[in-house]
Amino acid sequence: MKRVIVFALIGLLLAGCGPGLATPTGSPEPRSVRVMTHDSFDIGEETIAVFENQYYAEVEILEAGDAGVMVNQAILSADNPLADVLYGVDNTLLSRALEADIFEPYESPLLGDIPDHLELDSQHRVLPVDYGDVCLNYDKAWFDEQGLTPPANLEDLVSPEYAGLTVVEDAASSSPGLAFLLATVGHFGETGDYTYLDYWAELVDNGVLVASDWEAAYWGHFTYGSGGEGDRPIVVSYASSPPVEVYFAEEPFEEAPTGVVVGAGSCFRQVEFVAILKGAQNRELAQAWVDFMLGTTFQEDIPLNMFMFPANQNAALAEAFARFAIVPEHPAEVDYVAIEANREAWVEAWTEVVLR
Amino acid sequence: MQDAGRCLLLASCLLPLVFLLLFYFYPLVSILTLSFAPNGRLSLIPLEKLFGTPRYLQILWFTTWQAALSTLLTVGLALPGAYLFARYDFPGKSLIQALTTIPFVLPTIVVALAFTALLGPRGLLNTGLMQLLGLDRPPLNLQHTLAIILLAHVFYNYTLVLRIVGAYWANLDPRLEEAARMLGANRWRAFREVTLPLLAPALSAAALLVFIFCFTSFGVILVLGGPRFATLEVEIYRQTIHYLNLPLAAALSVIQILFTFALMAVYTRLQARVQRPLELRSRQVTQRRPQRRREWLLVWINVGLMLALLTTPLAALVGRSLTLSATGGVSLDFYRQLFRNTRDSAFYVPPLAAVRNSVGFALATVALSVVLGLMAAAVLDNRGETGFFGKTRFLDPLFMLPLGTSAVTLGLGYIVALDEPPLNLRASPLLVVLAHTLVALPFVVRSVLPALRAIHPHLREAARVLGASPYRVWREVDLPIVARAVLVGAVFAFTISMGEFGATSLIARPERPTMPIAIYRFLGRPGAANYGQALAMSTLLMLVCTLGFIAIERFRVGEVGEF
Repeated sequence: MKRVIVFALIGLLLAGCGPGLATPTGSPEPRSVRVMTHDSFDIGEETIAVFENQYYAEVEILEAGDAGVMVNQAILSADNPLADVLYGVDNTLLSRALEADIFEPYESPLLGDIPDHLELDSQHRVLPVDYGDVCLNYDKAWFDEQGLTPPANLEDLVSPEYAGLTVVEDAASSSPGLAFLLATVGHFGETGDYTYLDYWAELVDNGVLVASDWEAAYWGHFTYGSGGEGDRPIVVSYASSPPVEVYFAEEPFEEAPTGVVVGAGSCFRQVEFVAILKGAQNRELAQAWVDFMLGTTFQEDIPLNMFMFPANQNAALAEAFARFAIVPEHPAEVDYVAIEANREAWVEAWTEVVLR
Repeated sequence: MQDAGRCLLLASCLLPLVFLLLFYFYPLVSILTLSFAPNGRLSLIPLEKLFGTPRYLQILWFTTWQAALSTLLTVGLALPGAYLFARYDFPGKSLIQALTTIPFVLPTIVVALAFTALLGPRGLLNTGLMQLLGLDRPPLNLQHTLAIILLAHVFYNYTLVLRIVGAYWANLDPRLEEAARMLGANRWRAFREVTLPLLAPALSAAALLVFIFCFTSFGVILVLGGPRFATLEVEIYRQTIHYLNLPLAAALSVIQILFTFALMAVYTRLQARVQRPLELRSRQVTQRRPQRRREWLLVWINVGLMLALLTTPLAALVGRSLTLSATGGVSLDFYRQLFRNTRDSAFYVPPLAAVRNSVGFALATVALSVVLGLMAAAVLDNRGETGFFGKTRFLDPLFMLPLGTSAVTLGLGYIVALDEPPLNLRASPLLVVLAHTLVALPFVVRSVLPALRAIHPHLREAARVLGASPYRVWREVDLPIVARAVLVGAVFAFTISMGEFGATSLIARPERPTMPIAIYRFLGRPGAANYGQALAMSTLLMLVCTLGFIAIERFRVGEVGEF
């Protein structure tokens, strides 16, 4: 009888410790820095090795879902933080994180190399690492074939010749979807004769399609991304999508196959930040990692891994990126404090107009 | 003797319960407490919204009826297949059965892409119809419709009915139906009045699983249904992730859980009424080759329909992974690219490592959920027991609850609850196995329990009278008879772990990427090479799973699994 119970217990133990699943037990390595980030984080192997060699430390990357999931996790685990450093909170989530008071201020010496307009928090609780713009992309070949001029700004999308051509993402469930909604809020405003909601009502009349997320929109509905199976030649994506298309193309391109609509106020700029979490185990090493992320070695590796622009002015852009990348000169302006305060109301109003 | 039996029962009762307590109830209660009473004080102000608008009632209503409709459709379509697989033996059977299970592991976005290729505005079906009928616009618009949600739910869940009902049906004595026919009942009456009541336990178990799956549907609703449709699960996700409105999300979670619990309570009562011990027969006796022309025709028509419904989307994916590359024609370019870390990325996932991680997690999940599931089933099958063990039926609904619980809620519960030693599991890969097991356990229990309850008590009594210990009775009577059902449960546990993405993506985890995670990584950025490699990785996932299913079905220890 006893033997059976023992076997059952051993079975359980074995089950738990299957191949390759031994749990890390005991105290962590003496020098290691834990970085919590979203699952789009990517960087060169050698870049991380540079830091590890310089500080004789190990960098542990903890992936915690998309940026929204990650910030929520960090807030809920504030008393017993999951990591020392958090990277990837952006200006759409910033004020939620700051309100929850989960970061320690750190005035890195490298902030001098970063333009002031990216530094949103004067207390240096978060430090800008990179930025990128959510913009409309269009399929160049499609517009050539139809003999149609691609749209130049947001206003164009509601005119009859662009009827039924646009796919956007759901602002309630997708981060580029929310960013694009914010661009329209910034551009058309909330008050006056013609608000962002009036614009959206016109977009709906003009046959805009709302997909759940970027993947569904780009790969499923965008004519270029879907290889011709989708029927929408205009999609909400990133200003950096054309260089990415070139970089990951199957054959070398002379020019990018997709274009970006950069008219004034038609894009929304996302700025991504790094921050030291309150209760970080090794503050000194955490600071070193933050400095490293702001330094040119890391910064120059950002474009071709994460397809964002480095925040550090001294970072040189890789050729593949510099040649095809576009930075809109006048992105729409929306204050990050206003975003957290109004996000729900804006998205609810948007849902009411667009989906019901 | 009696005491030893009790001891064994107690142990099998405790382990699954302790598991549920530690990894389900504790995290759940922690996150609910934190949500409703953030500072130790109960605050219900954020809940005003819940009762203030009809919106949430509408969501609950939609969630329920789409799940009911999906379940009816799935059962209706899969039942003929289950009959064939139960009664006939024909070439290619195990491969076909493995193929029907593949949809279960595929990420929603990949399935959505396959559906677009077939059913989209410029998909195969529409372009075919346009040519055939000489139309200049696509005649079918399934994009973002209820029809495509239902279709996808059938596509994903068909295998649940096929396997659970098929395995049970295979051991039913065909002579019962033959006797009814002999006494003058026509085919339909014999099925309705003899076979259907006998099948009821397995049929209701399968239908219940399908219903709960569709009730908590997330990806299919969002990606295929589009943003106009919302289930409770979708709303919980939005409230949590986008608004961090934890009280509202928690309230919706509780509604979802209560609903699952109520459903399970009804089901448990029903089950007690329909379940009866049977003279089960080995499938060597109940299955045969189709003989007459008509039988062959029946088999092939049905298999043809099954393949059309379930494997054309899969074939579309495989086809594209081989033909989309720039060199034209059929090529393995994307597969070769999988093996190269062209950018020297620290996050490059070697395909073999992804396979190893996925299979490692899946095998651990199978082992843990089969052991715990067998224990739980032994406790829930309480015929002839008195006292506490005669009343264990009330535990049954508990084992199903994880399936009806929002992954977002539970994921955050893990973050909040499992942060102190000895349960400091927040960043441990073990957490992935535990989360997968929580979802897989109900499948094992639901697969095994009907078979276990169908065992005639005479068999056990005979063994006991002949001097067998309770363990030996279980080992030599129960286990061989339910072995098929255990394998069905094991296949599902394997499947769930291989395909699971939602919950895993919500758990903070050190880099140990599984195949679905690698697929999402590729699809996260533009570029033809990324698209192609995502398809290649999906094909690899299908291949590994097919091999896994066939291996599990062939798994035999002695005579176990032969029945």
